[in-house]
Amino acid sequence: MKKSKRFWLFILLAVVIYSVVQLLISTGVFGSYYSNTLILMAINIILAVSLHLVIGITGQFSIGHAGFLAVGAYISAIITMRLELPFIVGIVAAGIIATLAGLVVGIPTLRLRGDYLAIATLGFAEIIRIIFLNIDYVGGAAGMQVSHYTTWTYAFVCLVITIIVITNFTNSRHGRACISIRENEVASDAMGINTTFYKVAAFAIGAFFAGVAGALYAHNFYIIQPVNFGFLKSFDILIFVVLGGLGSLSGSVIAAILLTMVSTYLQGFPETRMIIYSLVLILVMLYRPQGLLGTREITDFLKFKKSRKGVAQHVE
Amino acid sequence: MEWIQQLVNGISLGSIYALIALGYTMVYGIIKLINFAHGDVFMVGSFVGFYSIVGLGLDFFTALVLAMIFCAIFGVLIERIAYKRLRNATRIAALITAIGVSLLIENGFIFTWGPQPKAFPDIIANGSFEILGAKISIKSILILSISITLMVILQFIVHKTKIGKAMRAVSHDNEAARLMGINVDNTISATFAIGSALAGAAGVIFGLYYTKIDPLMGIIPGIKAFVAAVLGGIGIIPGAMVGGLVLGVIETFVNASGFSLWRDAAAFVILILILIFRPNGIFGKNTREKV
Repeated sequence: MKKSKRFWLFILLAVVIYSVVQLLISTGVFGSYYSNTLILMAINIILAVSLHLVIGITGQFSIGHAGFLAVGAYISAIITMRLELPFIVGIVAAGIIATLAGLVVGIPTLRLRGDYLAIATLGFAEIIRIIFLNIDYVGGAAGMQVSHYTTWTYAFVCLVITIIVITNFTNSRHGRACISIRENEVASDAMGINTTFYKVAAFAIGAFFAGVAGALYAHNFYIIQPVNFGFLKSFDILIFVVLGGLGSLSGSVIAAILLTMVSTYLQGFPETRMIIYSLVLILVMLYRPQGLLGTREITDFLKFKKSRKGVAQHVE
Repeated sequence: MEWIQQLVNGISLGSIYALIALGYTMVYGIIKLINFAHGDVFMVGSFVGFYSIVGLGLDFFTALVLAMIFCAIFGVLIERIAYKRLRNATRIAALITAIGVSLLIENGFIFTWGPQPKAFPDIIANGSFEILGAKISIKSILILSISITLMVILQFIVHKTKIGKAMRAVSHDNEAARLMGINVDNTISATFAIGSALAGAAGVIFGLYYTKIDPLMGIIPGIKAFVAAVLGGIGIIPGAMVGGLVLGVIETFVNASGFSLWRDAAAFVILILILIFRPNGIFGKNTREKV
């Protein structure tokens, strides 16, 4: 009962945010600069939340998320530009092919742990990039022209679906299995959880949404080039998750919003932006290694207040 | 005799990878950290070499020694400022910090000195001679002999000196070494100093061999040297040397057989194959995991 109430509240909030922004865009209060920034923000949130499922919930340290972004971007671009099918088909196909890529990458590498897993995912992402670099059909190093189809509506609907699916997954029994793997893989194996299955499943779901984000990304920038999907892009996504708090969905959403704003302001000064990013990363790791919110959610703070009141009443 | 020439090129490239890989493997062996910033120490070494030849007018060997000293100090500074507090942190926190340090060095460098590539001066005679019909340049012989000399010195330090003994003890068991009265902090700093000095030397000879250096040049050789370290068995010093040479030769042959765009992919394919089939590397021993 309580859970469903929360769900409808979330939907209501989403509808309100959507209609306010849509109104502002259609009346021309927000020019194309602001609407582009908002779309970029939605894409970054999708990426952050999808990586949050892999790193924050399942505890598998992947630093090759840009590889799946690249798969989604190129597949959707092939579908809309070469096969001339509608954009929505492109988004779905991007997600599905990225999931397959996630399975191909995940099944062999997820047997590794910690540092080795990180390096292996980085390696796979680079291999994906080099494959696209060598295919003339998608333009090679020069890149591929893509029409601008991504609108605020597409971006926001994808964002809401991503958050709902990942929240429900996290709160389901499968999500709890993933959390137990994060806390102690050997112990959860001993409790009868199929750790390999859940690790690969989380990885594939994360890859699916990264692919969707890739489709939105490709149709927002007019051109896609392999150089956009190098490991600096993977690090960008990683920073959202780490800064927000490993294991906190709302934390990664907030970090994605904040850092998108920062990088939009510093667009003309890429070095300054990266210096700030790296300093933030180092300082957060040295002084607050669990990230800004830790494993808590923003809603936990509201609950904390209520429950404290509840305890006080109980004592009386 | 085309392939002998390619083999010599491969060994020259491989010895640069090996020098970088040694630093990775030593640091990983002692504090279990993938020091992502190691590739950037290599870059800094290259630029120190460049400025001491062009700016100070030094000869090649003095520049090499200067770059090694500068990088040793730089490596120790990185360790003291960023990594020392993380000794008891989780592995992921340490890894993220290392990524942050790497990005900071690259972009701080670009911010201060600009992103333009520099042409490394050609101060070694460009001669070559023929053996069995293969043309072998003086430069590759020079690179090979510098690398071998440095590796011999490293083996001497690790196996015959007191600090080397301390390094081996700390990498074997940090706590026990501390109990035996070894200054663990200083030993770790010494490891960083030696590893970074080797990376600095690699940077200077890389500049000599490829003649173009830029602030982001450390990223790809850094990752490839890590692949070399994993290939040989991370934490094992002879493994890093062999891994570097093998990787260099494979890459050169991939390049020579007409797949030059796939050259970078070769290293990553090797990495993934080795991680899947033999994660302890060529020289590694199997270790059982205990709960």
